[in-house]
Amino acid sequence: MAATLTLTKVSKVFAETKAVDTVSLDIEPGQFVGVIGRSGAGKSTMLRLINRLIDPTTGSISFDGVEITSLRGKALRDWRRDCAMIFQQFNLVDRLDVLTNVLIGRLAEHGFLSSMAMQFSDEERTMALQALDRLDLVPQALQRAGTLSGGQQQRAAIAKALVQQPKIMLADEPIASLDPANATLVMDGLKQINKEDGLTVLVNLHTLDTARAYCDRIIAMRAGRVFFDGTAAQLTDDVVRDIYGTQGLREFNEAVTSTQSIAVPA
Amino acid sequence: MTAFADTPDLSPMQQFEVDYSALRRRTQMGWLVASVIFLAMFTFSAWLGDFFKVTQVTMPDGAREWRWIIPAGIPRLGEFIAKTLPELSWETLSADLANWFWRWKIWLNLLVETILIAFMATTLGVIGGFLLSFPAARNLAPNKTVLWVSRRYLEIARTVPELVWALIFVFCFSVGPMAGVLAIGLHATGALGKLYSEVNENIDMRPLEGVKAAGGTWFDQIRYGAVPQVLPNIISYTLLRFEINVRASSIIGYVGAGGLGQEFREALSLQEYTDLSALFIIIFVTVIVIDYGSEKLRHRVIGLEKGPSA
Repeated sequence: MAATLTLTKVSKVFAETKAVDTVSLDIEPGQFVGVIGRSGAGKSTMLRLINRLIDPTTGSISFDGVEITSLRGKALRDWRRDCAMIFQQFNLVDRLDVLTNVLIGRLAEHGFLSSMAMQFSDEERTMALQALDRLDLVPQALQRAGTLSGGQQQRAAIAKALVQQPKIMLADEPIASLDPANATLVMDGLKQINKEDGLTVLVNLHTLDTARAYCDRIIAMRAGRVFFDGTAAQLTDDVVRDIYGTQGLREFNEAVTSTQSIAVPA
Repeated sequence: MTAFADTPDLSPMQQFEVDYSALRRRTQMGWLVASVIFLAMFTFSAWLGDFFKVTQVTMPDGAREWRWIIPAGIPRLGEFIAKTLPELSWETLSADLANWFWRWKIWLNLLVETILIAFMATTLGVIGGFLLSFPAARNLAPNKTVLWVSRRYLEIARTVPELVWALIFVFCFSVGPMAGVLAIGLHATGALGKLYSEVNENIDMRPLEGVKAAGGTWFDQIRYGAVPQVLPNIISYTLLRFEINVRASSIIGYVGAGGLGQEFREALSLQEYTDLSALFIIIFVTVIVIDYGSEKLRHRVIGLEKGPSA
């Protein structure tokens, strides 16, 4: 099930700006990869390109030897199922219960009628409950998603991603809207899935200490380009200053941007 | 931007005062211009609509005099109402009432028909409007062609009034309630489709993105991401439309499309003016009852929405 995700000279141009500029990367199976960089550095765009929520202007993305950029129709939807995506704003349906929100992760397997009737099999419900159980959300299963706290919503979103039985998990600033305690819960959840299921995780972060604490590998982007690619130890103060630029001095102070409730030694 | 350009010799506070008074002047100027344009247009419309017409009226002593049309015409309203009111007296009240509502059996039948026409037409309108409201919403339409076609269809359906659709359908399917159902249903499709699609255009798109990112089709995104968000509004608009459709179906018989309307026509042509007031009371009471009921229902739906989770 594990395979390498390869980006080859991928670019995305929005009107005038190059959001992602000739990015080439290999993401090895089972890695926990953090992507850091200033706002607008192209982190979100890169994840969206991989999930094919947007199409690249040029370049190639392939997974397990399959070219992702040319997928259409059912094959494209299957790819989106295979690379589950988690969003900063959770993107749950507030007015549906948590269980149904998790079952949305099964839609790629459904035909038109069963999907429109919201008919899911017992196996699928079991699968959804198991996923919720891993994230300690079973008591909330029948509550409306909108009534949950931010941290619970993000964990519900992770449960939804899990029932997709993905091959790779993308997370776009998953903890940017959460308080430190919930941020830790969510990051721990991702790390646990990475460890136990051997699932590749690619996560955008805007806090350095979180990246250092959780990621096997850190990729830094600046102005759409990959600026640094290495381990946390290789990420020295000089490199950080270059990533965030001189205007980023405030961001450079890791303690200020920390989302950790407990100090994590770098 | 130029209005807010920095003048280096002013402090930020002074700069704010300058900008603020400029902004206020512009706002006041805007209101003034808009008010003048509005008043001019309103007056012009009133003039076109003969509101300033002066007409010749016959005075009580038989003399003819020129009078402004509004004070001249208002007394005639009382005259008309007086004509439609029956003579009721205490001694013979039951006989007078029976005389007033002399066709009550026919009217009751037609009233039931009227409500059933409204019910069926609303159902058809909801189905058509609901299905078309998604392709007709700018943020949801899969492509420009589908958007264009569904929007034009809804426009045509609602621009043509019910009475005109009824005339067409009476021509096609002959006199009877079926023509009325189709006429009101088609107009309701257009009206509801427009309202629903505007609701759709105001939804939060993130849940739809969440469904899409999990491998959902366009239909999945609509079903799971959009429908739960718009459902309370749809129920509310639907009940409101039912009330409107009852009013429409009570007049549509005027052109032979079923319901109470045909009785209005007959009463007018036979100059049975007291029938008009009887019919008016029947429709008035019915509409009040339906308004009240649907309002209760609407509040219950909204209450249910908020109830369990709050």
